Amino acid sequence: MKNIPPTSCDVQNWLYSDIVKDHFFNPRNILLDDKEYVADGIGISGSPLCGDMMAVWIKVDREKNVITECKWRTFGCASAIGSTSMMSVMVTEDGGMVIARAKRISPEAIVERLGGLPDRKYHCSVLGHEALRKAVEDYEQNNARKY
Amino acid sequence: MKTTTYLYLDHAATTPLHPEVMACMMPYFDGAYGNPSSMYEPGRRAKNALNESRERIASVLGCLPGEVIFTGSGTESDNLAILGTARANKKFGNHILISSVEHKAVLESARQLEREGFIVEYIPVDACGMIDVDDVLGRITDSTILISVMYANNEIGTVEPIKELAEALSHHKGRKQFPLLHTDACQAAGYLPLGVEGLKVDLMSMNGSKIYGPKGVGLLYRQKEVNLDPIIFGGEQEQGLRSGTENLPYIVGLSEALVRIESKRQNEADRVRKLREYLLEELQKIIPDMVLNGHREKRLPNNIHISIPYIEGESIVLLLDNAGIYVSTGSACSSNDLQVSHVLVAINQDEMLRHGSLRISLGETTSKEDCDYFIGELSRVVKRLRSMSPLTVSL
Repeated sequence: MKNIPPTSCDVQNWLYSDIVKDHFFNPRNILLDDKEYVADGIGISGSPLCGDMMAVWIKVDREKNVITECKWRTFGCASAIGSTSMMSVMVTEDGGMVIARAKRISPEAIVERLGGLPDRKYHCSVLGHEALRKAVEDYEQNNARKY
Repeated sequence: MKTTTYLYLDHAATTPLHPEVMACMMPYFDGAYGNPSSMYEPGRRAKNALNESRERIASVLGCLPGEVIFTGSGTESDNLAILGTARANKKFGNHILISSVEHKAVLESARQLEREGFIVEYIPVDACGMIDVDDVLGRITDSTILISVMYANNEIGTVEPIKELAEALSHHKGRKQFPLLHTDACQAAGYLPLGVEGLKVDLMSMNGSKIYGPKGVGLLYRQKEVNLDPIIFGGEQEQGLRSGTENLPYIVGLSEALVRIESKRQNEADRVRKLREYLLEELQKIIPDMVLNGHREKRLPNNIHISIPYIEGESIVLLLDNAGIYVSTGSACSSNDLQVSHVLVAINQDEMLRHGSLRISLGETTSKEDCDYFIGELSRVVKRLRSMSPLTVSL
């Protein structure tokens, strides 16, 4: 191990934006304990063979039709983790997103909120919206059965 | 002033320049700037330094000074070896055999030869990344002019049976000159014997950046009877095989680095192997389900290459980076072309594990304390990423 004094050319050039970095190191809304968690809908996208996979758990306010909680777990690189985290913030902020809108949330919208992603990361790692759409569909099916 | 602690465990990527090596190089940046091709005094002095560097390297390799060609990198040495021998000897055949785990410098040179009409055959490896000597011999035809198999793999650390291959090959060839044998020894230098008498190879590539020497300089050993076409043309330096004014400070640095690392090779290999075994034991304790890639015994003493289930390599590397620890991964997500490492594909590694690989390569300054620090941090990182992974819960 070595000690290096900080220099004027301290490494700042990270591959990712500061927002991605923040969400990678401090992910929001992770579901750490799934056993105790009762979700209204669950959705999965991606696969471990491709290198990225997300699972999303949502809770929905039935009266208002808005998402009140969006929990997730992600297997993948920093942009996969960061983008799922950002998505979970987007659909739960300001009182929660209406489910009809949540189903249409685009990867572009997530990437924009992240302050951009390297081109080569764009298509493979932003899959959270797919998992979310499946979770909403799962909720709708569950709901149709119940009522 | 605040200082930051860091731990560099990526010596297979490159090594730091050793201060003693740098000290030898410095005069040639400054006062001794002459061109070795000039006739006057500063030129003669430069020429002497060039000759002396070549002789020192020749004594390490056990070859003639004239059999050492200085190049600009390990990649250039590989390119010169593959392109140069194939093109110079195409009247004797157009078939080339290369192992499927070669460095890209060899693989891409071979692809270029395919575009030029040569037929390249890729030698398969077993699950440990090892070629089979009999299998290689079985692939030789009357038109095979070149075989290239690396001495030790840069990713998974597997040491290939070069000496055995060379011996079997010379038996197979009898008095014929072809096929020639090239080995990329960039990762092997400093840990494995380099004497060409023992290895019996016709061509061998090496560079400065893996042996505590400067980056941007390499060498190709070429047995004196091997015909070679240059890939760089100009002022006929290096017997016309590598034109361009010799990069004297770097050449002096390369020779010093090679002599230095060779003098401590046995002790350092033993020391690092002990550390590696300790680290491996500790790793197995904290990640019992990890998989060690490469050969268990026949591997570079400083190399560990593992796959960690349920988590992805780039995330591991970036979280360790945040803790001041530098290692690398073969994960597709971390590469420019988004392709998973061809070495992991060649050893037919489980697709579930290909994204979670980690290469840890120790070096001269690595201590037991460093290993303990690494274990502690890696344990935290693995726990953290697994607590976030959808693959560790039932869905």
